[in-house]
Amino acid sequence: MAFGSVGALLRAAEDMPLWEAVLDDDCRDRGADRKDSMERMTALWRAMVRSVDEYDPDKRSASGLSGGQAAKMAGAEKTLCGDYMRRVMATALSVAEQNACMGRIVAAPTAGASGVMPAVLLPLRAREGLSEERMVQCLYVAAGFGQVIATRASVSGAEHGCQAEIGSASGMAAAALVHAMGGTPGQMADACAMALQNVMGLVCDPVAGLVEEPCVKRNVLGAVNAMASADMALAGIASAIPCDEVIDAMAAVGRALPAALRETGEGGLAATRTGRKIAQRTGSKPENG
Amino acid sequence: MTIFDVMGPVMVGPSSSHTAGAVRIGLVARRLLAAQPVRADILLHGSFAATGAGHGTDRAIVAGLLGMAPDDPDIPRSLRLAERRGMAVRIHTGELRHAHPNTALVTVTNAMERTVTVSASSLGGGRIRINSIDGMEAAFSGEYPTLIIRNQDRPGILSEITRVLYEHRANIATVQLYRDRKGGLAVTVIECDSPLEPALRQELAGLDGVVRCTYLNMQEEA
Repeated sequence: MAFGSVGALLRAAEDMPLWEAVLDDDCRDRGADRKDSMERMTALWRAMVRSVDEYDPDKRSASGLSGGQAAKMAGAEKTLCGDYMRRVMATALSVAEQNACMGRIVAAPTAGASGVMPAVLLPLRAREGLSEERMVQCLYVAAGFGQVIATRASVSGAEHGCQAEIGSASGMAAAALVHAMGGTPGQMADACAMALQNVMGLVCDPVAGLVEEPCVKRNVLGAVNAMASADMALAGIASAIPCDEVIDAMAAVGRALPAALRETGEGGLAATRTGRKIAQRTGSKPENG
Repeated sequence: MTIFDVMGPVMVGPSSSHTAGAVRIGLVARRLLAAQPVRADILLHGSFAATGAGHGTDRAIVAGLLGMAPDDPDIPRSLRLAERRGMAVRIHTGELRHAHPNTALVTVTNAMERTVTVSASSLGGGRIRINSIDGMEAAFSGEYPTLIIRNQDRPGILSEITRVLYEHRANIATVQLYRDRKGGLAVTVIECDSPLEPALRQELAGLDGVVRCTYLNMQEEA
């Protein structure tokens, strides 16, 4: 059955690699064989790659709020973050913009956060020369942690705010990155915990109720935060609060968020003067979620 | 919740609830009609009405009516494709009482003037719930092959229905019963683990006390 805690996930990973524990559990859960599971996950990986390849810098969303930003980032001549991080940021933007423009993406865990996983994995694969197999393993690691988050808390912005969408994606990505770099299961849990800590309380306040502003840019936040958290964990920095307790705290914070800050388009940036103006212009009347 | 509920689906954006789920709602209506609709009336309620245009909810439902899956790259062009395939579409907004915020009421008509009306809600992550079919109350996901049976509320009818399923070796996943009043008409919703053959469905429709038997299989047209 699905992992109900990171603790259980780590115990299962005592006898085999963590990604394989997740794979085995999936086979038991769905009554599928390993080949079927692997093929499904590989198809998701390839769809992720395609979502980056299919990016069209000339495409604009119906509202006009999204499109062309990834191309600007990729073409920036001088950046504070350096070349590699520029690629990560541009990849995050490109998938998130694809999503806003009704392009094809992989929800990971949601469509609104679909840029995070490809942003951390694709540039890394290119730089380190990692195999496709390893990338698929990374997705299993991410899915394993994501499953715990979805079970104990939520991956829905309407339920628990942006911390549950971009936050969850970031935590999942951080754990996956630790695997990619050869870290231990304990470091994966620490990386996930730190990534979630860093965005705890992040509200879901989409302007005009659309998955565009600030959602597209928050995919960059999710990716960068995942990399920093993975680096901390790989350097031996631990989370003082165990990952399960961080996830439970995130759920408690999510429940405490008022409805205005849970994807209703009524609070935060959506409620600003400019946000309301944009809502009027796009013809959206966000209310009741 | 399986790991593929967390990772995936592959879908056309921007929203799993307002786009991917909406495609599935359109597909449910098409499957229930078991034909290409020639007319479709789509009423959007709540958040579907408020932010549907920006999320492409209208185009997503029409794409489903045309038989597209949530990852079909043609979803953004569905309105034009509907026109080309001779499907007249009316999209409007309205208030449905006691409905989930992401709800659509879809009425589709085939070339023989047969009509099906389905109310369905998008629950997030692309998952949906069918609330009613032709006014008959129900609550199911469409993820399993499903029978929606309108029958008289009398002793023994459920056992007769399940006997037919047993004789055809169909395994039942869930059963739900609804009725307006004692001895009146009831709705029996049965989700099964595998697709049901036409002979079984005909046998059910022929049972004494069964008024109507509707079958939904999202994987293929009945």
